[in-house]
Amino acid sequence: MSFINYSSREINCKIVYYGPGLCGKTTNLQYIYNKTSSNAKGKMISLATETERTLFFDFLPLSLGEIRGFKTRFHLYTVPGQVFYDASRKLILKGVDGVVFVADSQVERMEANQESLENLRDNLKEQAYDIEKIPLVLQYNKRDLPNAAPAEDLSRLLNYLGRPEFNATATTGVGVFDTLKEVAKLVLQELKRGTR
Amino acid sequence: MASQMVMYDEEFRRIEAVCQKLGRDANARVVFVIDKNGQLIASAGETANLDSTSMASLVAGEIAATGGLAKLMGEKEFSTLFHEGTRDNLHISVVADRVILVVIFDNRSSLGLVRLRVKKSAEELTQIFEVLKTRSEQQGQQSPFAEITDEDIDNLFSV
Repeated sequence: MSFINYSSREINCKIVYYGPGLCGKTTNLQYIYNKTSSNAKGKMISLATETERTLFFDFLPLSLGEIRGFKTRFHLYTVPGQVFYDASRKLILKGVDGVVFVADSQVERMEANQESLENLRDNLKEQAYDIEKIPLVLQYNKRDLPNAAPAEDLSRLLNYLGRPEFNATATTGVGVFDTLKEVAKLVLQELKRGTR
Repeated sequence: MASQMVMYDEEFRRIEAVCQKLGRDANARVVFVIDKNGQLIASAGETANLDSTSMASLVAGEIAATGGLAKLMGEKEFSTLFHEGTRDNLHISVVADRVILVVIFDNRSSLGLVRLRVKKSAEELTQIFEVLKTRSEQQGQQSPFAEITDEDIDNLFSV
């Protein structure tokens, strides 16, 4: 749910990074945080366990600039990917404007990717969102690993909705900003259409 | 899809005025109004040294988590939370089902006083958000950003 403030002339939108455990959602946010100038970002918050697994969410506020005199702000969130944190994932999806689905390219994580995407569909539905309508971008992460499945296989398995898709290596930043830009564009186009 | 939240100048000023009054009446250090999705709506008091954006997202997360707990217990929600610190205390309450009122106070005030004043302010805020809701609905389905072009959107990313 975007928040348009005519008084402070701001548009605020919420983007959620979703995907199976250890697929690189937090790494995406960390890379964005490290590469963004300090005047365009706020503090990054990570609610994580002692072993640096996301417990509740990561949060990163970003300013992208102005559109027609309105400051555009994006709040980026990640969900905890581990299966048993489903209750938390549902909460974080509340009020979402756009989703990045981060898939783990490793062959042995294919099933986890599919499960997580199904879980996204179900949890969106519970919040009265339709996965077929919400701005959604897929990112195939960890392309640098030797056991990465061919991108075409990932696309065939996961991208049955035909959404924009990107190859990425979040640790080095490959594809991270391309993914972010695409989802931000989709969210703004949705705002332009005024679909409610 | 969930409806957009739109804030207009007039209501924004009224909300700010409620925050300021509550801050004075409750002897509070800071007052925030946050929407349930973690967006800061208005604030008053000693906000200069506070990371209000982070606070807003964490408070919203906390209310969401507590709401989840409430559901598990068969409650509708836990509408008020209180955190006691050594120096500062935090009083958090859900107002009009959609926004969160946060009061930070120290030993110049007391929980009793804050609770009393929050109750009054919550009624005023409920009224304002009702007006806001009606007003947004009356503005119709036309998006305020219908005028922006794909080029405008592209320009955001060209820097």
